[in-house]
Amino acid sequence: MNYRDMSMAELLALAPPGWGGVLLDGLWLSLQVAGGGYLLGLLIGMAGAAGKLSGGPVTRDLLACYTTVIRAVPELVLILLLYFAVPEALNQLLVMVGQGEVEIGPFAAGIAVIALVQGAYATEVMRGAIRAIPDGQIEAAYSLGMSAAKTFRRITLPAMLPGALPGLSNLWLIATKDTALLAVVGFTELTLAARQAAGATKHHLLFLCAAGVLYLLVSLISNLVFKALEHRATRGMSHG
Amino acid sequence: MAERRLPPHRLVLIAIVVLGVTMMALQMRWDWLLDYRDAILGGLWLTLVLLVTTSVAGFLLAIPLGLVQATGPRPLAWLARCFCTLIRGTPLLLQIWLLYYGLGSLFPYLPGVRGSWLWPYLTEAWPYAFVALTLSFAGYEGEVMRGGFAGVPRGELEAARSLGMHPLAILRRIWLPRAVQRVLPTLNGELIIQLKATPLVATIAAVDTYAVFGRIRQETYLVYEPLLLMALIYLILAGLITLAFGVLERSWSRRSAGD
Repeated sequence: MNYRDMSMAELLALAPPGWGGVLLDGLWLSLQVAGGGYLLGLLIGMAGAAGKLSGGPVTRDLLACYTTVIRAVPELVLILLLYFAVPEALNQLLVMVGQGEVEIGPFAAGIAVIALVQGAYATEVMRGAIRAIPDGQIEAAYSLGMSAAKTFRRITLPAMLPGALPGLSNLWLIATKDTALLAVVGFTELTLAARQAAGATKHHLLFLCAAGVLYLLVSLISNLVFKALEHRATRGMSHG
Repeated sequence: MAERRLPPHRLVLIAIVVLGVTMMALQMRWDWLLDYRDAILGGLWLTLVLLVTTSVAGFLLAIPLGLVQATGPRPLAWLARCFCTLIRGTPLLLQIWLLYYGLGSLFPYLPGVRGSWLWPYLTEAWPYAFVALTLSFAGYEGEVMRGGFAGVPRGELEAARSLGMHPLAILRRIWLPRAVQRVLPTLNGELIIQLKATPLVATIAAVDTYAVFGRIRQETYLVYEPLLLMALIYLILAGLITLAFGVLERSWSRRSAGD
């Protein structure tokens, strides 16, 4: 293939020999991993915040360990741990109890890493947002005879959203950018796809910049969406 | 300060952790540590050097970036905002690769670069790592500094002006110290994030802690031990940063309270 004489449009074309399609496939994979990890991370964060606020002393200490360790160890190291060490340990355990081996692919490992990291940060974001709700509102819900689950769904969740959304939108941006790290274990998300296209065509600057533009678009669009969500969550409050 | 007694559940947790660590120390293979001691120390050194130099350089860049966004003329403020958005909107790994593989591939074609004094540096990995990490820190911290500058009460600046202080003197003696004081609590987290970003330079063949342990993993075929030790090292470094900031913040708040 003679990439040297191709124009920029031909290089970025969706169909091969252009590499645009490969980039978009990478972007789609990145978004899937980021989305899956983010949603799982929100669940972990919700449970973590609940545990930190109303759990017993042991739960609270364990959660403190979790959030501290995850936030101090580089994501790149966590990815290696989850991709190489955890499956190995899991399989040794499975073999010990006489089960077959399982294989954890880069996709699942990627979602797991992002969920774990996001969960640690989301725990702190949500804990802060829930703490900021005046106690009286939750007490009022209980005094009206609402169950704990209903109180959470109808009072705590909507009341904490305005406080939590800025932090959560930041976390989503971190999630999309963290997917790039999966390139080191050979997962062809956007960054690695761009690198492969760059390596094959020798047009390094073009493809890495194109990937950058795609990431930038994702973050700009996400910003707009979260702004709208924030606006909706804070309706009835003064916007100043 | 009165001695604090540890609650019993915490004693049990600590006992479990100590037991786990001793089990790991005794049961696992650590004989490779001696062979790789120098390599690990060398990697640790590069990690620390990168962390300190890029944070300092990035912070120095962040001051004008924040200041321009807070008060500067429109075009400059717009440029600074674009820079911050660009840095914060794309992954650092991509930025590092863009500099190393993208820009790096252009340099040989530029006339005069090959013969210049710069050339020996441009063929190595660490200058690209340094520039990428510095720009990244500046981008994130510039946004923080903008908030810091904007948050200094107007009255303090007006008081300085009414005393006839030169604008530069105001910046040096009132505005900057007050802004830095405001962002100090967030700086701890930013530094830990910067520490966690340093392993990315291993992808462009700079030999930091992460790269050394990658080599150890390849050469010894050990799955757990190098990874666990590496995680522990980063954990300790992050702990040291937090500890240092605790001391710094206490001394700072004592000083401002004593004034």
